[in-house]
Amino acid sequence: MKFKKSLALLLTGSLAAGMILAGCGSSGGDTKASNVIKIATQTPLSGGSATIGEAIKLGAQLKLEEEKEKFKDLGFTLQLVPYDDQGDPKKGVANAQLIGADKSIMAVVGHFNSGVAIPSSEVYEKYAIPMVSPANSAVEVTTRGLKTVNRIVARDDFQGPAGAEFAVNTLKAKKIFIVQDKTAYGTGLAEAFKKAAEEKGAEILGFEGITVGEKDFNGVLNQVVSKKPDLVFFGGIYAEGGLLIKQAREKGVNVPFLGGDGMDASTLVEIAGDTIKNTYITSLAGDSTKIEEGKKFIETYKAKYKKDTESYSVYGYDTMGVVLRGIEDAIKANNNKKPTREQVRDAVRGVKDYQGVLTKVSFDDNGDNDYAKVFIYSFKEAKYPAEYVDEVSK
Amino acid sequence: MLNEILQTIPQVVIDGLTLGAVYAVIALGYTMVYGILELINFAHGEIFMSGAFIGTAILIVLTGMGWVSAVPAIVMLITVLLLTAILTGLLGMGIERVAYRPLRNAPRLIPLITAIGISFLLQDIVRFIAELQKGNYIVTGPNLFKDQLSIKASSISSIFNDASIKTSFVIVLVTAVIMMIGLDLFINRTKWGMAMRAVAQDRETASLMTVNVNKVISITFFIGSALGGATGVLFAVQYGTIDPYIGFILGLKAFTAAVLGGIGNIRGAMLGGLLLGLLEMFASANLTLLSGGVFGAEYKDVFAFAILIIVLLFKPEGLLGKPVTEKV
Repeated sequence: MKFKKSLALLLTGSLAAGMILAGCGSSGGDTKASNVIKIATQTPLSGGSATIGEAIKLGAQLKLEEEKEKFKDLGFTLQLVPYDDQGDPKKGVANAQLIGADKSIMAVVGHFNSGVAIPSSEVYEKYAIPMVSPANSAVEVTTRGLKTVNRIVARDDFQGPAGAEFAVNTLKAKKIFIVQDKTAYGTGLAEAFKKAAEEKGAEILGFEGITVGEKDFNGVLNQVVSKKPDLVFFGGIYAEGGLLIKQAREKGVNVPFLGGDGMDASTLVEIAGDTIKNTYITSLAGDSTKIEEGKKFIETYKAKYKKDTESYSVYGYDTMGVVLRGIEDAIKANNNKKPTREQVRDAVRGVKDYQGVLTKVSFDDNGDNDYAKVFIYSFKEAKYPAEYVDEVSK
Repeated sequence: MLNEILQTIPQVVIDGLTLGAVYAVIALGYTMVYGILELINFAHGEIFMSGAFIGTAILIVLTGMGWVSAVPAIVMLITVLLLTAILTGLLGMGIERVAYRPLRNAPRLIPLITAIGISFLLQDIVRFIAELQKGNYIVTGPNLFKDQLSIKASSISSIFNDASIKTSFVIVLVTAVIMMIGLDLFINRTKWGMAMRAVAQDRETASLMTVNVNKVISITFFIGSALGGATGVLFAVQYGTIDPYIGFILGLKAFTAAVLGGIGNIRGAMLGGLLLGLLEMFASANLTLLSGGVFGAEYKDVFAFAILIIVLLFKPEGLLGKPVTEKV
């Protein structure tokens, strides 16, 4: 029965297409447009994070193309509309307005930067367009009570505790020295780590700040030397992190270093060189090379785009998967007619137990993923990417 | 508490001197130009940065040609220092010719703005080239001096901890001191130095006494920039990693050091630089201890600058400045 129906739809579809071709697109455009479902991506396609933005877009595109057939059977044509937010909040909001104005856009995959996602999502909320983020980890992204905002990665306030658990339980650290870079990200991460580590019984020997852009951290490191901790935690970005590790090793501090996802960059290894050994980082991005489906994904991706995958490619792919699942549910709930944005929004939030390549997704009331994980990597030699060692679930 | 502070003092002094030497040599560039033109050359921090990049680039190229392993590291360093100094010296002269000389009789504020413009320009040119070459503007150069020395400060007195230093520290300090002494001799003992002092005192009268003012100013910029560029190389050798924005914070601190020592006064700039470096390092190592954990190391700049304000309140002309200035 269902097969017949879809066959009929397909036939009508091709008939309509034929008619359009015959009529040079003058008429019949309306019926077609109403069956087009567009999904926007908003990621930085230019500027400093362009590599990652492009990777997210391509991942999403791959999933969309794989699902095209299925949606054609349902009577809908899927289309991807990539937007470039340039990592800039102003640009993100302007794009969000454009997305809101295009009535056939049903959902957004994005953003990469939390700072862009937060203001842009205010616009999505106004137009009731659901957004699923592949990468935003700032806590406020989902805590503002917006119905449209979801994410599949873990939150920053979970990265700290996960790091603390790893430090105390796996690395057996009892005395920890914390250094942070006085930015919202670095201090936030360091404070979350500190709180969790104290609860787990570790002693915090010091909580000191450094200034972003400086290159000499010997002052703080002198404190580390005299306090003799058995682990140093750094809340900050790779540029300072790399120098901190290098200068610490030069002072003879050979205890493990632990940092957050801000340290997850090849430049870290370049700066620190061999001194990087015995450094661990927590990251929200998992390693897709470790599982079968992941390897398959990487192969398809490489074959199609002639490019290596980035750590967030697979998140673009899985995010698009979640979005399409939501749209599919909404279509079914709406008797196979085109759903409204509100219906899609609620259906996306209602996604439960979606199994992507790397992530399993169930959204809670805030739009956070119940199955979000933090992954731990270790630098055993001066090589990037680091080696996967552990994962901590919520 | 006193015990703990004393224990770390040897290391703090060493680290502070390294940082202070860098501040001091950059401060020289500010103070020389100010002494002669009463112009704050805000592009000086960026000349320092350009020097760091030029030096690292030369080192990377030479390493690629296999020369570094063939010659002793110290010969290598001297070659790179000289080459970089000449290049940045010419860069400084060029900047003066393009951005300052046409404005020499314009109101004070105008060359200040062109200086800021030049510094943005240099930052982005260097970033552009670095990104073009390496795809990333944070550049890490080859490590010339890896050895660690240990100073057995504990054998002098048991209240001290041992300190460890990199060989590059010794080199940075020695080179900086040589540069400072050389400059001091140049200013006070040579004919050109005398001409510079004359121009600093009274440009018009000096020109009446057949001093070629344009040439003297060019030379001042050449020397100041050459020293700044050479310091950039020293910085790259000591810290390994550089980016196009290092000139900003360091330039600001060096300028502060110049003011602290008495701007326009060369020995003052040296003293101010070393003092600021020591203060900063002491604060970041001990502030937590001194304040009982209320203020952390992140307040080191507040501490250093509070002292600066106090000094300037009581001695507005700076530590070595004279109220009626005999400049340069």
